[in-house]
Amino acid sequence: MAELFHRKIERSSIGFAIAIVAAASVGGIIEIAPLFTIDGTVEEAPDMRVYTPLELAGRNIYVREGCYACHSQMIRTLQDEVERYGPYSLAVESKYDRPMQWGSKRTGPDLARIGGKYSDFWHVAHLMNPRDVVPESNMPAYAYLARTPLNLNDLSQHLAVQQTLGVPYTDEMVENAARDAYGQAVPDTDFASGVSERYGEATQVRAFDGVATQVTEMDALVAYLQVLGRLTTAAYQNTAAPELPPEPVE
Amino acid sequence: MIDKLTYSERQSASFILVAVAVVGLLMAAFGNSNQLGVHGVIVMIFAAALLYPVLSAIYAPEPVEDREASYYDDPIKVGIVLAMAWAIFGMFMGVWVAAQLAWPNLAFDAAWSTFGRLRPTHTSGIIFGFGGNALIATSFHVVQRTSRARLAGQVSPWFVLFGYNLFCVLAVSGYFIGVTQSKEYAEAEWYADLWLVVVWVTYFILYLRTLARRKEPHIYVANWYFMAFILVVAMLHIVNNLAIPIAWSSAKSYTIWPGVQDAMVQWWYGHNAVAFFLTAGFLGMLYYYLPVRAQRPIFSYRLSILSFWGIVFFYMWAGSHHLHYTALPHWVQTLGMTFSVMLLVPSWASAGNALLTLNGAWDRVRSDATLRFMMAAAVFYGLSTFEGSFLAIRPVNALSHYTDWTVGHVHAGALGWVALITFGSIYTLVPTLWKRERMYSAALIEWHFWLAIAGTLIYIFAMWNSGIIQGLMWRTYTGENTLAYSFVDSLVAMYPYYIARAFGGLLFLIGAAIGCYNIWMTVKAVPSTVPATPDAPETAAAVPGE
Ligand code: HEC
Repeated sequence: MAELFHRKIERSSIGFAIAIVAAASVGGIIEIAPLFTIDGTVEEAPDMRVYTPLELAGRNIYVREGCYACHSQMIRTLQDEVERYGPYSLAVESKYDRPMQWGSKRTGPDLARIGGKYSDFWHVAHLMNPRDVVPESNMPAYAYLARTPLNLNDLSQHLAVQQTLGVPYTDEMVENAARDAYGQAVPDTDFASGVSERYGEATQVRAFDGVATQVTEMDALVAYLQVLGRLTTAAYQNTAAPELPPEPVE
Repeated sequence: MIDKLTYSERQSASFILVAVAVVGLLMAAFGNSNQLGVHGVIVMIFAAALLYPVLSAIYAPEPVEDREASYYDDPIKVGIVLAMAWAIFGMFMGVWVAAQLAWPNLAFDAAWSTFGRLRPTHTSGIIFGFGGNALIATSFHVVQRTSRARLAGQVSPWFVLFGYNLFCVLAVSGYFIGVTQSKEYAEAEWYADLWLVVVWVTYFILYLRTLARRKEPHIYVANWYFMAFILVVAMLHIVNNLAIPIAWSSAKSYTIWPGVQDAMVQWWYGHNAVAFFLTAGFLGMLYYYLPVRAQRPIFSYRLSILSFWGIVFFYMWAGSHHLHYTALPHWVQTLGMTFSVMLLVPSWASAGNALLTLNGAWDRVRSDATLRFMMAAAVFYGLSTFEGSFLAIRPVNALSHYTDWTVGHVHAGALGWVALITFGSIYTLVPTLWKRERMYSAALIEWHFWLAIAGTLIYIFAMWNSGIIQGLMWRTYTGENTLAYSFVDSLVAMYPYYIARAFGGLLFLIGAAIGCYNIWMTVKAVPSTVPATPDAPETAAAVPGE
């Protein structure tokens, strides 16, 4: 019977195509659509802040260099991971992440809570040549980031698109994106104060790469690494191991 | 090849190429010095390189023979050559990135050659360059033979083939210069993605129109798989790549999917790229070339129906097993796990169907390395689908995820299944296409076979070892209930396996290079004067083995 039926649809290429699309659509629709409608898929975190333009630029460098090919940013709900990396990751922590950087492979350690674990100086030395700091490492050297000035010109466009997509950037933030990026990496200028005004007092404003005269890609990437896991404290509340995020290393 | 086109077809080909070049010019102009500008220049060069032969033969004599009386094989030949060229490129990049993990200084302190940028050139080079060209070429061959009809277009098959390769070139060249969305196996940026949609729609229409010309009432099973491949890959590609560019003059875009939803969409895509690109399409190859080579009909028609619909329906639920124990809601993880386990039924039905088809032809498997390629592919398909279902079980995944075990699993599929079935199919196809009695050297096929098997086994054994060791070290506790190993301890334990893996990959690459040489010598050989069986729409048997 079923075989006879199949003999029939085998005679119509359009019918067959429609049947394929129908059969293949069910799974995706049932698994994806509810993620937008079921409350609690993404937790509430009123203290969650957005990336500053400098951090966002750093994030884009992280994406561009394919750091995700070796590093995850997703601590699983397993005891050893929580002990090694910190409280397990919550969905809300990546709610502004486009694209997400959860990763799929740990050739290197998880970076979801790397922010504050090391000093800027350590990160710069490590990125310049990982084997200077960790001799056994097989991570590539990224010395060219320190030689490459950060492109500030299109940062407003970046923020504008994020705003369109629902990230709560204000028009003021969009407008001042380039200035804020500059100010965050070059303290003691008028631009620097704007950053804390718009993104909060807790925002880290300093010469991340140790050079206060120029904004490089290294500044941006280190600024991003230093904020990882620190956009909200939600993960430290109501978890198996309630505590506050550790004090950042100076 | 251009002499097979009429004057007006040559004109439309030129027109399309000029249009593409103009788009390239606009990209170059608006993108000025940024990455989009670089890609504009690449598009122009690509179009000009194709325009040159078309224009230089534009007034050449037109074809006089009745084209409908023969199959359209020129695009297939070019597709096979491109597939092999991409195979060498993609495998070379694979060996290089594998070597970088063992000897990190092989990146030479340049931006374009760091691991993170090279890895997608390997994955895209293999999946899309090698796999995609092989799929397009074989699907053009299979649909014509099983429908006993010529492709329904003279220019559109070329458009599909070269348009697709333009996508591959844009994707891969982009990674070197830092253009990437970072979505695994969908790294290409928005403009390349849009272009692929145009190419893919043309491909689908061409396929349907060719099927519509068929002289057989039924659509042969290989075509079901090729149709599923084309259709579902289109769905996946469009949904996963929905993005907004920051400006029309910029290569950078932001995906519309945030955080956890992005993760789900990405792995719904990622896993089904495996299912419909790397499985369905290649099952299409298997269902045609294996019976042809074994000279036996498919063992069971019912099993093919069962496994086809099982694969189309179940696979689409399985993606969330990539996200076990993450911030993805638990119910989605559970659904993904359940369907992944159920997937074993249609997967083994396919593998079993293939192996049972060989029943009665085992003597030929022993003596014919080409058929043995396909047999081994079916075995690896069975093994890696079993492993896949196993790794999708939550507690197993707790150990394996994020480790090299996953990498080993993927390569059991990619080397053992996808590449072996492709080589078997190509060795079957090349003599037919170029009207040679057989491949240039049977001994070289043997060499290729054993190098490929040895390379695959070394690779997956190395990754099983490294993955399981890594996973265990991460979760080992001391007597005082503290973690026993630092991350770097686990890294140090990996080095011997990273070296072994690079060696396995190198063997596989050498095998592929031998294959290229063998194909080249076959093409260069003198055509056999009397074709064994006439190969034309009016005569050939439509369905293999019947
Ligand atoms: C080839 C794989 C690889 C790539 C690509 C890679 N890393 Fe690493 N990374 C490692 C390994 C292995 C370690 C552990 C050894 C070490 O500290 O160097 C590591 C360590 C780190 C650490 C220290 C983590 C800790 O908890 O100690 C940071 C931070 C880091 N990487 C950042 C990055 C960034 C940023 C990028 C991209 C620009 C990147 N990595 C690309 C492999 C990689």
